[in-house]
Amino acid sequence: MSVRPEIPSAAAPRPRWLRIVGVAAVVSTAATVWLGLWVTPPDKIQGNLVRLVYLHPPIAWVALYLAFGLAALSSLLYLWRRTRSLFWDRLAAASVEVGVVFNALTLATGMLWGRPTWGVWWTWDARLTSTALLLVLFVGYLALRRVPADPEVRARRCAVAALIAFVDVPIVHFSVIWWQTLHQGATVLNSNLSPTIHGSMAWTLLLGFIALTLVFVWMVGVRYRIEVLADRTDAEHLEVSLAERWAEGDLDIAAIAAIAATNASNGGTGASLRPPTRVGP
Amino acid sequence: MWRDALLVAGKDLRIELRSRVALWQVLPVAVLSLVLYAFALGPVRQTLASAAPGLFWLAVLFSTVLATQRSFAIEAGEGTRDGLRVSGIDPAGVFLGKAAAVAAELAVLQIVLWAAMTLLFGVHLHTVWLALVASFLATIGLASAGTLYGALSAGLRVRETLLPLLVLPVLAPVLLAASRAWSGALTGSVSSGLSWLRVLGPFAVVYLVIGIVLYGPLLETA
Repeated sequence: MSVRPEIPSAAAPRPRWLRIVGVAAVVSTAATVWLGLWVTPPDKIQGNLVRLVYLHPPIAWVALYLAFGLAALSSLLYLWRRTRSLFWDRLAAASVEVGVVFNALTLATGMLWGRPTWGVWWTWDARLTSTALLLVLFVGYLALRRVPADPEVRARRCAVAALIAFVDVPIVHFSVIWWQTLHQGATVLNSNLSPTIHGSMAWTLLLGFIALTLVFVWMVGVRYRIEVLADRTDAEHLEVSLAERWAEGDLDIAAIAAIAATNASNGGTGASLRPPTRVGP
Repeated sequence: MWRDALLVAGKDLRIELRSRVALWQVLPVAVLSLVLYAFALGPVRQTLASAAPGLFWLAVLFSTVLATQRSFAIEAGEGTRDGLRVSGIDPAGVFLGKAAAVAAELAVLQIVLWAAMTLLFGVHLHTVWLALVASFLATIGLASAGTLYGALSAGLRVRETLLPLLVLPVLAPVLLAASRAWSGALTGSVSSGLSWLRVLGPFAVVYLVIGIVLYGPLLETA
């Protein structure tokens, strides 16, 4: 006998630490914005454009190192038999998804910075090119994840895909660097874009790193929770619908039985139709 | 493992020889793409000649997608995949065999494409051995990475659209390195071409090793 399951969202309240991290992320981001836009001075050469330095490198740090590093580590831990658990799979999925957003933001803020300083939106610089390829690689991972499958099967498939993709990252990076050095020589990015930073600028940059790391942790936390709930809903949805359908069926059969009973009392032979035992509470 | 690989490669190649899908579908598309590239770039010989190595490897790259798709399509029906699993063949052997079959098909394809390119674009190889070594390493890399992703997306309903998205960014370094190496071989600048073997070699080795290690768990997923 199946018992009607509870509604999943009511079952798992949002953990307390997540809320604290979320508040901390908002506060530190607001402080970075305030310091970055109003307190710190404009740069001698770049003027106000230099304020992107408080945003662009921290975003890139989150995407390229934190998110994809965490995803690689958790995929590996999932594939290793001793630590195999859906926890690692969901963590990998959550951090790739956040990582893809930050990767796209890295490219977007980089382009916004590149246009006024270099005069072009895009150059075939090694770092830019490999960042763009990285984005496509992990969009592929997300697409693979969207293919419906049993959670265990999907987890293994995605972990393997993530690892194959990660191995590619250094190869892509070095090949693109060689492509550059053999082809065009040093490019704009290799010149010292961010000169030594002093005082309030350094502190703001540090705060930017902290703020976006907190944003990352919060987003991964939320995303992980959604992943858990989605998996649970998938698993329980069928049971809930079945239970509901059975409940409807009871009514129908009861109605038929009532009609049959009336027929029987009128001299028919419908008395053999009996309502079945009710399933579920 | 090696014996199993030979068996699987022989099976795949025999199927290809009999069905002729690779011969009559993949190969013509690859040659056609060369013609289309020429349409896109214009008929000027110099433009075509300078773009030739890149276009050649682009055609090979897209054919890799088709070939790996085909390689797993022949196992899609009638429980062939499960048959392979219960036959007790080493998964690493299956991987090596399928990769070898794809590599053999790609090798034939490259010979035909090269002939077509010489005729259509009017380019000649200056340093043949460099082109051959680059081709050899690139083919191993393409075949093994392609086979890995082919196995990954085999049996999925969306495999035709998913496979290119997954595999093309991973193969990008091969395209880059192989076309640079070939452009070195075409112009005779051996040293610049040779340096690109440092990308092709590790790529081939890394994906061969990954395939041997991870193919077992991959086979179980489908």
